[in-house]
Amino acid sequence: MALTQTSAGPQRPATRPEPVRTPRKRREGGAGYWLYLLPGAILFVLVIGVPLGGTLYLSLTKWSGVGDPTFIGFDNYTRLFQDEVFWTSFKNTIAMIVAMVVVPTLLGLLLAAVLFDVIGRRFKPRTAAALRAAFYLPQVLPVVVAGIVWGWILRPDGAFNSLLDVIGLGALRHDWLGDPDTALPTVMAVMIWVQIGYPVVVFMAALQRVDPELYEAAEVDGANWFHRFRSITLPQIRPETFVVALTCTIAALKVFGPVFALTRGGPENATNVPSYFAYYTFFKKLQVGYGSAISTVLTLIIIVVAGLFIWLQYRGERQDREV
Amino acid sequence: MAVTLVTDRAPRRKVRDRHHRGASRWVVLALVTLGAVIMLVPFLFMLLNAFKSPGDYSSAGPLSWPTEFYTKGLKTYWTEVNFPLKFWNSLLISGSVAVLAVAVSLFNAYALGIGRVKGRLWIVGLFLLANMMPQEALIYPLYYAAKQIGLYNTQLSVIIIFTVIQSAFGTYLLASVLGTFPRSVLEAAALDGAGKWTVLRRVVFPNVRPTLAVLLIFFFIWTWNEFLIPLVMLIDNSTQTIPVALASLQGDRLMDAPTTNAGALISLVPAVLFFIIFQRTLSRGITAGAEK
Repeated sequence: MALTQTSAGPQRPATRPEPVRTPRKRREGGAGYWLYLLPGAILFVLVIGVPLGGTLYLSLTKWSGVGDPTFIGFDNYTRLFQDEVFWTSFKNTIAMIVAMVVVPTLLGLLLAAVLFDVIGRRFKPRTAAALRAAFYLPQVLPVVVAGIVWGWILRPDGAFNSLLDVIGLGALRHDWLGDPDTALPTVMAVMIWVQIGYPVVVFMAALQRVDPELYEAAEVDGANWFHRFRSITLPQIRPETFVVALTCTIAALKVFGPVFALTRGGPENATNVPSYFAYYTFFKKLQVGYGSAISTVLTLIIIVVAGLFIWLQYRGERQDREV
Repeated sequence: MAVTLVTDRAPRRKVRDRHHRGASRWVVLALVTLGAVIMLVPFLFMLLNAFKSPGDYSSAGPLSWPTEFYTKGLKTYWTEVNFPLKFWNSLLISGSVAVLAVAVSLFNAYALGIGRVKGRLWIVGLFLLANMMPQEALIYPLYYAAKQIGLYNTQLSVIIIFTVIQSAFGTYLLASVLGTFPRSVLEAAALDGAGKWTVLRRVVFPNVRPTLAVLLIFFFIWTWNEFLIPLVMLIDNSTQTIPVALASLQGDRLMDAPTTNAGALISLVPAVLFFIIFQRTLSRGITAGAEK
């Protein structure tokens, strides 16, 4: 959104067509300001630009981290596309997108609307705020620490299985994270728990700027809660929905900490994800070239996905203007 | 919306609707509260077992009420990992990053949003992209370079890296905020003979201070919770952060279930405290962040 805001700049002269002002403004945007960009630019090149270039180069080599890298062309990439673990890890990324984007966004929309509309209005706003805090709490904690607590809860002798015993479902006792069949769904459930608070908080804030008169008018027309949710709430908070979907998707593609804490990608790669796969290849298998290839592919995917999102958003905004 | 529907039917509908909701609102409240309780249950499990002796845990299981108020697990974790030192490392890293990244963001955004330097759209796009980059795409060269120049296993290496990563987001956000800064104010200051530095310090900075405060808190908490880069860069007991310290003890002989929970509890307390202290600013900031 900010991108489109700054792009409003060139349109300015059209609305204020005084020819005297334009040359002075051009002079203002001169060399002096570059100085302020300098420290940031140098840091940026050293910490992001050069390492990124390094990873790109290393992805074309075979290297254990000691001695000199051997250039091998695209061998790492051909190996990558035949590597079953690689495909598994990307398949698991889809699962992560479901658990970190799709479910939290949908559930978050519903929860935010309910908290704002029903709890906030028909009960005290403080009740809504307290409930919101409960949903948001996991978001402020170090996700790795939360992951370690969950890892213990889900152990065969952990609290979850004991809870099943107490409520008479002892037959369902299971090694939730240790069984390849249940590990991924279990990690997904934990990720929903981690992620849900973010959309709830953003959407509740977004709802505050929706004109209440829209709802009152709809209510007078006899629209029920669900109608109002669909016809007013959803279209009104679309910009926020977009931001949430984009940031959560990027987070899902990059997810590392929870997988590290819960399963270390296991059992049998059932919960492996690209970023853990890359980490493991770098620092445990010491295959720096191959790890770089994994990271490069992940980076490209993220760039494509982010570009797609921004393009969709831009197109949506343009269509809105035309309507 | 068909706002001009027949209005004489409306009152009757409205009454029925409200009556209907009057009863069902309690059902809604119960459901949402149930959801909130499920969110909090893991913390209750953790609290329950952080104060339980290992013997008590192995005989009565994870759900029993502790027979005594056992604090040795907490003490063990506190002394074994030297928690105050870990706390200091986390504080030093997150605090430095927050301040430095806000400063770098402000300088960048001043040039981009107010200076409107050439190609700013591309530069802002680049910063945004850098913020989305997976850290794995940077980590090995950074790790290697840090080893070469003697910054490996120092807090400084992590501070520099996160200053850049966080300021990439800060630049993106602040550039768009400053892009809407009233030109008339800037022109008035320029007429008074204020240079660029004076304008930044006396005009722009006081105006965006609330946004900077929000960014400061975000950067602090984000850096506090970071994991991969500290995990790779900090291998030593004397440099590690709180999350890395807990994670690297996972599976250790020392970490029986009550000690694990005690360690997790200690590790979570600072984050919860920050959250409570900053909650007002945070919820305002999330709104600002979402709308920008």
